[in-house]
Amino acid sequence: MLSNIGIGLIVLVLILSFLTIYTASLDLKMPGQSIKKGIYKLSLFQTTFTVLSFFTLIIGFINSDFSLSNVYENSHTTKPLFYKIAGTWGNHEGSLLLWVNILVIFSYLFLVFNHTHNKKFRLYTLIFQNILILGFSFFLLLNSNPFNSIYPIPLEGLGLNPILQDPALAIHPPLLYVGFVGCSIYFSAAMASLISDYRGKLFAQSIKTWVKISWCFQTLGITVGSIWAYYELGWGGFWFWDPVENASLLPWFAITALMHSLIVLEKRNTLYSWVVILCLSTFILSVTGTFLVRSGILNSVHTFASDPSRGIYILLFLSLMIFSSLIIFFTKYKKETYNFNLKSRETFILANNWFMVFFLLTVLIGTLYPIFLDVITSVKISVGPPFFNIVIVPLVVPFVFLMAIVPKFSWIKLQNKIFYKILFLILCGVIINLFISHFFGKYSFLSNLIFIVAIFLILQSFLDIKKLINKKKKPELSRIISHLGFGLLVFFIGINHQFSLEEDFNLKVGEIKKTKNYEINFEGIKIRESKNYKAIVGNFKLINEKNDLVQYLNPEIRIYSNPETLTYEAAIKTKITSDLYLTMSNVSRSDYYNIKFQNKPFMIWIWISALMIVIGGFTQLTLKKNED
Amino acid sequence: MLTKKVKNRIYFLFFIFLLSVIGIFLILTSLNKNILYFSSPTEIKQKEDIQLGKAMRVGGMVKRNSITINEKNIQFIVTDFENEILITYSGTVPNLFAEEKGVVVEGKLSDKNFFIAERILAKHDENYMPPEIKKIMEKNAK
Repeated sequence: MLSNIGIGLIVLVLILSFLTIYTASLDLKMPGQSIKKGIYKLSLFQTTFTVLSFFTLIIGFINSDFSLSNVYENSHTTKPLFYKIAGTWGNHEGSLLLWVNILVIFSYLFLVFNHTHNKKFRLYTLIFQNILILGFSFFLLLNSNPFNSIYPIPLEGLGLNPILQDPALAIHPPLLYVGFVGCSIYFSAAMASLISDYRGKLFAQSIKTWVKISWCFQTLGITVGSIWAYYELGWGGFWFWDPVENASLLPWFAITALMHSLIVLEKRNTLYSWVVILCLSTFILSVTGTFLVRSGILNSVHTFASDPSRGIYILLFLSLMIFSSLIIFFTKYKKETYNFNLKSRETFILANNWFMVFFLLTVLIGTLYPIFLDVITSVKISVGPPFFNIVIVPLVVPFVFLMAIVPKFSWIKLQNKIFYKILFLILCGVIINLFISHFFGKYSFLSNLIFIVAIFLILQSFLDIKKLINKKKKPELSRIISHLGFGLLVFFIGINHQFSLEEDFNLKVGEIKKTKNYEINFEGIKIRESKNYKAIVGNFKLINEKNDLVQYLNPEIRIYSNPETLTYEAAIKTKITSDLYLTMSNVSRSDYYNIKFQNKPFMIWIWISALMIVIGGFTQLTLKKNED
Repeated sequence: MLTKKVKNRIYFLFFIFLLSVIGIFLILTSLNKNILYFSSPTEIKQKEDIQLGKAMRVGGMVKRNSITINEKNIQFIVTDFENEILITYSGTVPNLFAEEKGVVVEGKLSDKNFFIAERILAKHDENYMPPEIKKIMEKNAK
């Protein structure tokens, strides 16, 4: 029943896509500046039907309708309602439906909200977006249909992987999808702009909001994923340079570069081709990431049960996208005149882009190299975190430095009087850094530099905020918040990296372990029953030897029944100045429990800074509305 | 003669070219230093020129009844059904770590039979087998 409804709705979406492309290309030849009413209607119907199809699937999950094989494979009757719903996008087929949803919704919104722009440009954008919708809907129907039915209907489902049953991970995919699939709209818009010759400033204005929306969601999505990894994966880190994390970072670099160069295009009407390249590559990289994750080529935490035919389809589609965008780009390419002043703001915004491209290349090479080597020579290798740290971390120094000073430049030339101010702030940075290293312990030369530039950026941002308070208009506010967030992020990651303590050992129940500052008493274990799992809860008493503060930590070993899986839940005591992090595991029912104990300074500030970067982005979106 | 504008452009392009070459060169050299090779216990035995003390990955099955635990670390044997290697590790193990299950460990060889692991790689799906291990197992099973 649900299966037929769902498939019917998707087919309707497909038909509407064809119709939209057809009527839009007819309307292209019509004179006038307004788009036919019919096209709006088609697009609105299309949006309604996709959203309905998604709700159909959600209903299937809520009612545990196991006649849908997708529900059968990924859900279970005893699962809490929240995770039943989250299960909808917690698997390949369902998430692809979400993907199509976002493509369609963005297509409609772009059509409606950009009514002031050129008709031809809007129609072409609609056509390209609908080609994307067609491609992914066919993929959905033919290869990964979430509405496939099974007969006879099973009585019970297989259940969702317990490690995914977590609030952060329930919202992580939708956030990332809005971010990654949202890029599709300016991929289409860039193609349309090339074909309809709608270039320069106006093009920048038409895509600006969409770039910011998708940037905010991408950043937020990555942050939430990182938070999840911190408390769920149990090794106490938050960034691992795991291939899949890298796959999410690639479009992020591209989009961050895009967001900055878009300012130049809007204000100075130059850099058009570069902006188009970034628009195209952001979405291409998003799809590449999806391809790497879904095809099972990458071996990582995100491995969906993989199926080679999926990979081949996405790869085909991806090459088609790259190929056609290259052709359109080069046939429609027009020479631009650049008249840059070397010391002006646009040169340095370009510098941001150079850094972003370099980071992007580094991560791309580090992620793809093992795959190439495997295909060519069948030697198995992997590229570890040291590679990324060695290449990227030193460049963070000039990057953060530029981030602090570039916004101080006027659009054309640097004034000399702010030079002394900068010098003064750097001096402050050096002094604060000396204090840190004096009181908390020494660290490498590079770390010194990183702390100095981070403090410099933070101070600079605070000064900017102080200046803003007296002003009425606050166009710079979002930039300052985001840059301050980034400065704090670099600073706290630095501190966290330098002063984290980690101890690994094994304990029997009742034993005591003394570490550097803490005495850890393993007082006992007890069993706790929950709705869909049983947990062995450890009771640890921690005594801080410096101030005799006593704390209790209770890590768990959970035994889920459907599917039968073990998970280890970390016990985390978060304070403003540091996190205590303790995980335990047990092998082969041994008397010894394996303990990992960590003291991580300023952990919560890393999340706060990352969220601040996102808040900066959202501030700009709301400010924009007020100004209009 | 070249005008000033053209000259500037040439300098600019040259500068960018130089920067990219240096960039790519730096990326590739540090890539080379930080590659982790993946080997099976048999490959470690057979290879003559294997570097001790260099980070690498070893994969195979955790041998039955081979896990021993004391207060400091965990020891277990990884086998590919032809050769074995003894692994020492301290810390918590991933949730799917168990006897007779596939495992990939990352760390350093201290000699050809003894490996000090810094990390045991987490696998999120009990039905999932890393492609590297699958290959070895298929080759050696019969």
